[in-house]
Amino acid sequence: MKTFLGSIVAGLLLALPLAAQAGNVTVKGSDTMVILGQRWAEEFMKKTPGTKVQVTGGGSGVGLAALQNGTTEIAMSSREMKDAEKTKLRTRYNTTGVEIPVAKDGVTFYVSESNPVNALTVEQLRGIYVGDITNWKQVGGPDAPIIIYSRENSSGTYVFVKDHVLDGEDYVASAQTLPGTAAVVNAVAKEKNSIGYGGAAYAKGIKELKIKQGNEEVAPSAENIKTGKYPLSRDLYFYLRNKPSGEAKTFIDFALSPEGQAVVTKVGYFPVK
Amino acid sequence: MEQGLSQPLVAPSLSPAARRRQLREKVIAGLITLMAFTGIAALILIIIFVAKEALGLFLDAEARHEASLSKMFLAQDVPAGRPAFRWQPVSKVPKVSMIPLFVGTLKTTVVSMMVAVPLGVFGALFAAEFAPRRLRELLKPVIELLAGIPSVVLGFFALMVMSTVVKDVFHFDRPLNAMLAGLGLALAIVPVIFTVSEDALTAVPRSYREASLALGATPWETAWKVVLPAAAPGILAACVLGFGRAIGETMIVLMASGNADVISWSLGDSARSLSATIAAEMGEVVVGSPHYSLLFFIGVQLFLFTFVLNMLASSWTRRVVRKLTGGAA
Repeated sequence: MKTFLGSIVAGLLLALPLAAQAGNVTVKGSDTMVILGQRWAEEFMKKTPGTKVQVTGGGSGVGLAALQNGTTEIAMSSREMKDAEKTKLRTRYNTTGVEIPVAKDGVTFYVSESNPVNALTVEQLRGIYVGDITNWKQVGGPDAPIIIYSRENSSGTYVFVKDHVLDGEDYVASAQTLPGTAAVVNAVAKEKNSIGYGGAAYAKGIKELKIKQGNEEVAPSAENIKTGKYPLSRDLYFYLRNKPSGEAKTFIDFALSPEGQAVVTKVGYFPVK
Repeated sequence: MEQGLSQPLVAPSLSPAARRRQLREKVIAGLITLMAFTGIAALILIIIFVAKEALGLFLDAEARHEASLSKMFLAQDVPAGRPAFRWQPVSKVPKVSMIPLFVGTLKTTVVSMMVAVPLGVFGALFAAEFAPRRLRELLKPVIELLAGIPSVVLGFFALMVMSTVVKDVFHFDRPLNAMLAGLGLALAIVPVIFTVSEDALTAVPRSYREASLALGATPWETAWKVVLPAAAPGILAACVLGFGRAIGETMIVLMASGNADVISWSLGDSARSLSATIAAEMGEVVVGSPHYSLLFFIGVQLFLFTFVLNMLASSWTRRVVRKLTGGAA
């Protein structure tokens, strides 16, 4: 009995690495993109039976680290690769990696549905997040202190907002940070004097702020993000060590095809093409 | 005695069955020792691994510049020009002060202990001394079941249900704060303190209670002045266990505390704890970077805290035991 069990365990252990290699594509990284990656994988596997695409999340950094360690073929990232990460890749594989934008996302600021404020300028948003503006009264709202929600400082979205809204300045210390966009949305939905941010795909149960530019108010709509009129749009990327080939190439080709880009729209992001 | 020494020692001859039994005993003892050493070795390896990753902070020149000890523990001039403690490792000028993290950890832990220790200990005293037998038999498994609830579920409960209640009751500005995190933590710790204390209380010999009652003490006096002190070492162990869980507990704090790196003693403000910082940032940090080493360094500190606390608690326990046994031992 014992030897029987032992042989089963040994067999499983031996089979594991084989199963992980047999013509499979592994995709890992950004939590923002994990739903998108999974939908792509589903559709792709439906179309080409016999192939397997494994998609897991963990965060952009996790995906890029896995790329450096050689444990994933494709890394999903909601931010560009950092210099330190590129250096790592170069020393280990002698490449700088291949970057493929696969979708677009608009970083949106949320407020509670009961908040009368509908649009803010980028300068006002900066004022709120660096701590110069502390009351809704200062931006045409009710007389109430602003409760600020932010993302964890390792999130790609945190860095994006820091670079594109705060001009690289630091967030105010009282900004509360939450793990994941869903948590931010939930917190903003429950606290009527709060503001938060995240991808446009998650915005449910709260109000998305428009960005005021001159006399115009630009909503984070599909059209505005695709044309680049919405000022806070960003690319979502696939990263590979080398030029894609084999199964990975057909998968990426599928993701970039009109069919694949239709999936992007369905998930709630915006096509790159 | 002398006779025994002068005579040569002769091993008694064993029957084959006895010898086999002896051999089996030896093998079993060897196996147990092997397992114990495997466990210890695994622990040591984990400590070495964590320490090694943290060591990058002191060996790497870039890391030493970015996160020196003075930058971690002393006030830094943030661009505004006035010294401050900030935790912003992802910044043009990384700010890596540990002080807000210490304050946050302390705040949430203290709140949780203030709530959980009385609840857990008095609950255990009630279950062990006053509850009718049927009730006690129901109480214990139910509370042990509570101990098995995953902390993510408790954190989620704190975030979704408790946040509005706590905010309204205490009139706080923000729904996610140190108080909420502390109360959420207490939910996780009460069962731990309760079960361990209850075991300690029921382990107090019946004769103590009988002697006390025979001297005319009321059941309450017996419980409070005899049983509770007699079980003190066990109860302290329960509290230390609870403290260890509170300081290391991650998910609840991550979800309920708001994680802002503010330094304030107000329980209505957000708090950022050591453990939640590791959990929140490890996912996206560049492997091998100063920030990465910094997170491992936090891990080392957490380990040191619990280690020192355990040492203090065990030495205190020994002293109490000596006092209880009348200094005879």
